[in-house]
Amino acid sequence: MTEKNDFEPTIVGFTCNWCSYRAADLAGIARIKYPPNVRLVRLMCSGRLDPTFVMKAFAEGADAVMITGCHPGECHYLEQNYKALRRYLLLRRTLVAMGIEAERLHLAWASAAEGIQLAREITEMVERVRTLGPLNWHLNGSQPEVTNEAAGKKLQEIELEVTS
Amino acid sequence: MTKDNGGIPQEKIGVYVCHCGTNISATVDVEDVAQWAADKLEHRGVVIARDYKFMCSSLGQELIENDIRELRLTRVVVAACSPHLHEKTFRTACENAGLNPYLCELVSIREQVSWVHTDKVAATAKSKAVLSGGVERVLWHEPLEAMSVPIHPATLVVGGGIAGIQAALEIADAGHPVYLVEREPSIGGHMAQFDKTFPTLDCSACILTPKMVDAGVHPNITLMTWAEVEKVDGYVGNFDVTVRQKARKVITDLCTGCGICEEKCPKKVVDDVYEAGLAYRKAVYTPFPQAVPNYPVMDLKNCIYFDTGKCKACEKFCPTNAIDFEQEDELIGFQVGNIILATGYDMFDARKMSNYGYGRLENVFTSMEFERMCNASGPTEGNIVLRDGVSTPKAVGIIHCVGSRDKNYNEYCSSICCMQSLKFAHLVDERTGAQVYNFYIDIRTPGKGYDEFYNRIVEEGTHFVRGKVAEVTNAARLNGEKEKLIIQVEDTLIGKQRRIPVDMVILSAGLEPRHDAKDVAKLFGISCSADGWYIEKHPKLDPIATMTEGIYIAGCVQGPKDIPASVAQGAAASARVLGKIQQGEMKMEPIRASVIEAQCSGCRICNDLCPYNAILFHEDTMLSEINPALCQGCGTCVAACPAGAITGTGFSNEQVLAQIEGLLMSV
Repeated sequence: MTEKNDFEPTIVGFTCNWCSYRAADLAGIARIKYPPNVRLVRLMCSGRLDPTFVMKAFAEGADAVMITGCHPGECHYLEQNYKALRRYLLLRRTLVAMGIEAERLHLAWASAAEGIQLAREITEMVERVRTLGPLNWHLNGSQPEVTNEAAGKKLQEIELEVTS
Repeated sequence: MTKDNGGIPQEKIGVYVCHCGTNISATVDVEDVAQWAADKLEHRGVVIARDYKFMCSSLGQELIENDIRELRLTRVVVAACSPHLHEKTFRTACENAGLNPYLCELVSIREQVSWVHTDKVAATAKSKAVLSGGVERVLWHEPLEAMSVPIHPATLVVGGGIAGIQAALEIADAGHPVYLVEREPSIGGHMAQFDKTFPTLDCSACILTPKMVDAGVHPNITLMTWAEVEKVDGYVGNFDVTVRQKARKVITDLCTGCGICEEKCPKKVVDDVYEAGLAYRKAVYTPFPQAVPNYPVMDLKNCIYFDTGKCKACEKFCPTNAIDFEQEDELIGFQVGNIILATGYDMFDARKMSNYGYGRLENVFTSMEFERMCNASGPTEGNIVLRDGVSTPKAVGIIHCVGSRDKNYNEYCSSICCMQSLKFAHLVDERTGAQVYNFYIDIRTPGKGYDEFYNRIVEEGTHFVRGKVAEVTNAARLNGEKEKLIIQVEDTLIGKQRRIPVDMVILSAGLEPRHDAKDVAKLFGISCSADGWYIEKHPKLDPIATMTEGIYIAGCVQGPKDIPASVAQGAAASARVLGKIQQGEMKMEPIRASVIEAQCSGCRICNDLCPYNAILFHEDTMLSEINPALCQGCGTCVAACPAGAITGTGFSNEQVLAQIEGLLMSV
């Protein structure tokens, strides 16, 4: 198995056609550098994000998943990014219950003008996941590193975060 | 979700990897990527994989077209730039060769790989992964037909400044109906407030008012002033617009514009809008003599009758009985095919920079106050005087970049303030003979005739001090500072602190997005930059279109600009609209959701999720149905349907799940 310190995570990023995908384009046009660990999937809207997509990415070997969309109040389809936000919150709880650290799923808002911000979000995400280490999800016989007790505690934390 | 051959005919996929000169090939080993696709993706149906210097060139496209014909390709994947750039190019190439254009997939290895990464090995590996995602995805593509929508020939222009007027006139002159909606009582915008325009110094009103009149009387223009757009539904070609016509309390059919009501109105109100706070208007008023239309409006907040129930002086004296206190706001609905937003800008509030003393030191003026002061029809009839209304200044300081190029306020350059300040310097010199000091960070005069104007002002004897002013104060310390305003500045050309006593300070305030720019953007479904300027479709190649089809932007709403640029954008936007009207109908991306009836359980979860009310529930069959004309293709309902009964073309579950598999394939 790869050592933690030279571990390079694979991250799947879901982008909205109108904002974050264009922010990624803009980062490219401006030649802003970020680590090559993230692979982007274009959706028409973050609201198109079926929670199954996130599960599928983890199941297929992604170490983390990013969901990106228009800033609240700026959705190209009026308000669908709020639906993405709801699914994100639900997904985080589900992941914890499945033994996956909540930090492996990250939501970031980026408008079409925010190439620099998106690149920074990606860079920070890669750093965080490097520290977390690989998600040994589909290795045979591997046990979740998170115990039920820890998962319960994490769930409480998330609920606090969401409600506060 | 991997598409195997069980029951599905084997697809023949062509893969094309672009070098983009060296834009891609400098960071990605494109030959290796193509070779890898040919070897490792053969079992997925890749029958040919090529790399080429410029795939988007006509030779590159021909390469694809020939392969489609000769190898009978059923799918095409191009690894090149962003689909927002060349998706259409390659789809057209496919169509030319007889392949349905929607069976082509473009994956970005330039904007999202070669331009953002430096390690060639990692970038090549990522390109393979991205390409593999594209190949898996394209297997699930379906042949689609572009949807055709009719274009309504009418156009809505929002904002009656110079950009909006220009746009409205161009379209109206071409013979098509225009609704020109303006929030203020008159069209004209900021340009109507100015006295002179740089660099030619021609009179602003002299060049603007004929255009205002043209717009006011044009048979194809429906002018709606004192009105605001309240609601916009629909999509390109068929927008349903609702405008709130605020109650003028004046019956325009009867009003002759004689002005007696205004004369007789006993209530004086500070005119913050047109006169920038320097003069009074009445509670019933036309903002300026050349207003179009020349009907007054009643300011209900300040009208004595609406406050105390007594007065009605205007009604008593109106010779045509045109005053109607009972008049209510009216909601007016109409249909348009296209919309041009030309809502302009607000001035930076100079009070925010308290170190410059505006609002505290009486002889500190804003640029708009000074514009009004210079104007012959303004509060001082064109005399440049101090706040007391009589004394002529002997020395005047003009501070550039107020609120602009400043991390604490706005980081951008407001683009017009240098020229505006130079114009002010000239007017002060011409009308008062006072000493003029311009305090600048950099002089930016990149327009036609602009730098020549700068040289002219230098030759006229204006003093230029390079440095950002630290403070404007009335605390005299040295001889000659008594009763003066002292400008404290580091003159960065001589490297010394200076204190320059003057009688008057003009703050050349920058431009800001309208205070409600975000709300208006939301109303029309377009996006703002972090600053609040509206985002164009492409910063260079499409500065007047937005990401929302059928909605265009012109003038300062897109970013600070001068009059010639605003006029050019107004005209450009109208040319785009005219093109659409000319076509009569337009093709739209067939990205739509639809319900598979057999799977729909009638749970209605999707019904409330749709922001466009495109989902209809049939009570009789207990099934939901999506109206393809209203559906905008966001896909939220597709993601939400618990029964998986909604599919979205172009972004189906199968397509996305297959792409995820491909992306994560070990390369």
